[in-house]
Amino acid sequence: MTGLQRAGRWVGEHLVLAAGLLVLVYMFVPIAVVMLMSFNDNSESRNVYAFRDFTWSNWANPCRPDGMCEAVVRSIEIGLLATLVATLLGSLAAFALVRHDFIGRSVANTVIFLPMASPEIVMGSSLLALFVAGGFGGRLGFVTIFIAHVMFCLSFVIVTVKARLSGLDQNLEQAAMDLYASEWTTFWRVTFPLVFPGVAAAALLSFSLSFDDFIITNLNAGQTVTFPMFVWGVAQRGIPMQVNVVGTVMFLISLFLVVTNMLVTRKRVAAT
Amino acid sequence: MSLAADNGRSLRLTALTKEFATFTAVRSLDLEVPAGTFFALLGPSGCGKTTTLRMVAGLEVPTSGTIHLGDDEITYEKPYRRPVNTVFQNYALFPHLDIHENVAFGLRRRKVKDVDQQVKEMLALVELESQAKKKPPQMSGGQQQRVALARALINRPEVLLLDEPLGALDLKLRRSMQIELKRIQTEVGLTFVHVTHDQEEAMTMADTIAVMNGGVIEQMGSPAELYENPRTTFVANFLGQSNLIPGSVTSAEGDVVRVDMHGTQVSIPADRAHTRSGDGWVGIRPEKVLIAPAGEPIDAPGNHMTGGVITDVSFVGVSTQYLVMMPWGQELMAFEQNTGRRAVLDKGTKVDVSWRPEFAFLLPASQDVNAGVLEEV
Repeated sequence: MTGLQRAGRWVGEHLVLAAGLLVLVYMFVPIAVVMLMSFNDNSESRNVYAFRDFTWSNWANPCRPDGMCEAVVRSIEIGLLATLVATLLGSLAAFALVRHDFIGRSVANTVIFLPMASPEIVMGSSLLALFVAGGFGGRLGFVTIFIAHVMFCLSFVIVTVKARLSGLDQNLEQAAMDLYASEWTTFWRVTFPLVFPGVAAAALLSFSLSFDDFIITNLNAGQTVTFPMFVWGVAQRGIPMQVNVVGTVMFLISLFLVVTNMLVTRKRVAAT
Repeated sequence: MSLAADNGRSLRLTALTKEFATFTAVRSLDLEVPAGTFFALLGPSGCGKTTTLRMVAGLEVPTSGTIHLGDDEITYEKPYRRPVNTVFQNYALFPHLDIHENVAFGLRRRKVKDVDQQVKEMLALVELESQAKKKPPQMSGGQQQRVALARALINRPEVLLLDEPLGALDLKLRRSMQIELKRIQTEVGLTFVHVTHDQEEAMTMADTIAVMNGGVIEQMGSPAELYENPRTTFVANFLGQSNLIPGSVTSAEGDVVRVDMHGTQVSIPADRAHTRSGDGWVGIRPEKVLIAPAGEPIDAPGNHMTGGVITDVSFVGVSTQYLVMMPWGQELMAFEQNTGRRAVLDKGTKVDVSWRPEFAFLLPASQDVNAGVLEEV
């Protein structure tokens, strides 16, 4: 009896842990596969997705597949540019929505959620129609992708910065003005440092959204090929193992950013 | 260290008005705060005291009227161009800066030299030298309050504004901070304008109190003046407690006004009678009301009333608070010091009450007898 009870308690104590671990495994198996496959030597194989031999060659020659590195560079360029513009515009919009009372503010607050809520295929095709109607037909490419990415990143930036901004005590700015800081100084000494974490989070989110986007991009890209489009294209013939190298590198970069952010926050919390 | 500005200038508000979309917060306010005084704006929430303060700080633009500091008009001056600093109600310390940098903020903005030394001295004044490297959220409420004070004081403003600075502290801490604030004000000799709804806080610290209600000043004067000779029922009730008994003036000659109060003739000094004809409220503070078992002599000439019955007795240590039902159906409050001269009277005891005429005051009957009565009382 006691043995059974003990066993029951053991299960009770460990079941949650086990379930949690299983969920983590479920989430991380795809990433582990990507990492593993980046070391796969499949040159002799017909089945490109089977792991045959360990090799460093994919890492040594990441740009071997035709057009892949160009696509990666293009995606990064578009991502950075779209992030910069969306973060700037979106932050300004967030300030306007939080700080200024104007006619149509509540409508604007609702409408900014629409791009997040609408299906990408709808937005992508309507953008395409818009571009063609606007005379971009035949000239789709870098610029149209960039415009599309800024559009769908904006909502996320506005929502993220707004959340941070509405949590900011406006008394702090008044206190700064009371202590001889002009509007400009108040913004850079008090408002911006306090809002910055929100802006940074918005920028990171924008970049990953842009880098990752396939549907809207594919519809508006013309002959231009971004990294997700490249992967989609080659997937029909079999994905070259170097794609896994890029995947692993991107994963490591995001991991690095997340860990750094955590350490900085922890340091800040420890200091407070 | 002395921060006193040699050229101390008085703060003068003239016909100052602030209207918001739906209500008027401050109505044509006239006020002069002499340099170097501790001035309190006292009133219930929504009386316009904080709006007044914010207009002086420049955080709110008046609808009309002017604000002068000495001969300079500062009505529309930007907050950062006024020699005025504020201690905010929630302190508004910058959470991303440490205590040292919080206190240094104003000096750095004005490119003052020798900032570190001044900050050290200021932190010493508020007894926080050892906390300079901490961030505001790491500190207790009382410490944050002192940082907020230091951050404003270090700029040697001509006027220091305090917006309910002790509101967030618990009672015990509030008492010690009151004494502390008063000490610092005396030490630095600056003009303090203090906004509060706590009458005890205002009386403890201020040289002059202006009682505000509904956007106007009801009465202004020293704490003792306001307490002993209130001019309105609002002041009589808001500042301490008062017995207000209906009566009508029978004669007003020389320096005495006589009032018939339910058949008893009472006399009131003319300078304490704020009406000289018709009906009025006879006011007397509870601790000025003397009581004794019926028939026993009371040490108070004049204004003697009989036929009271004790309906409630609360023993509060230093004093005993009685409620006495008078023959005309009104309960009067009477507070008696527990000197031990006589045992505490029991509920139901028949008593006489009396007070010295010089302590009573007379207010016009047109005023609301319940104005300024605190809800929880």
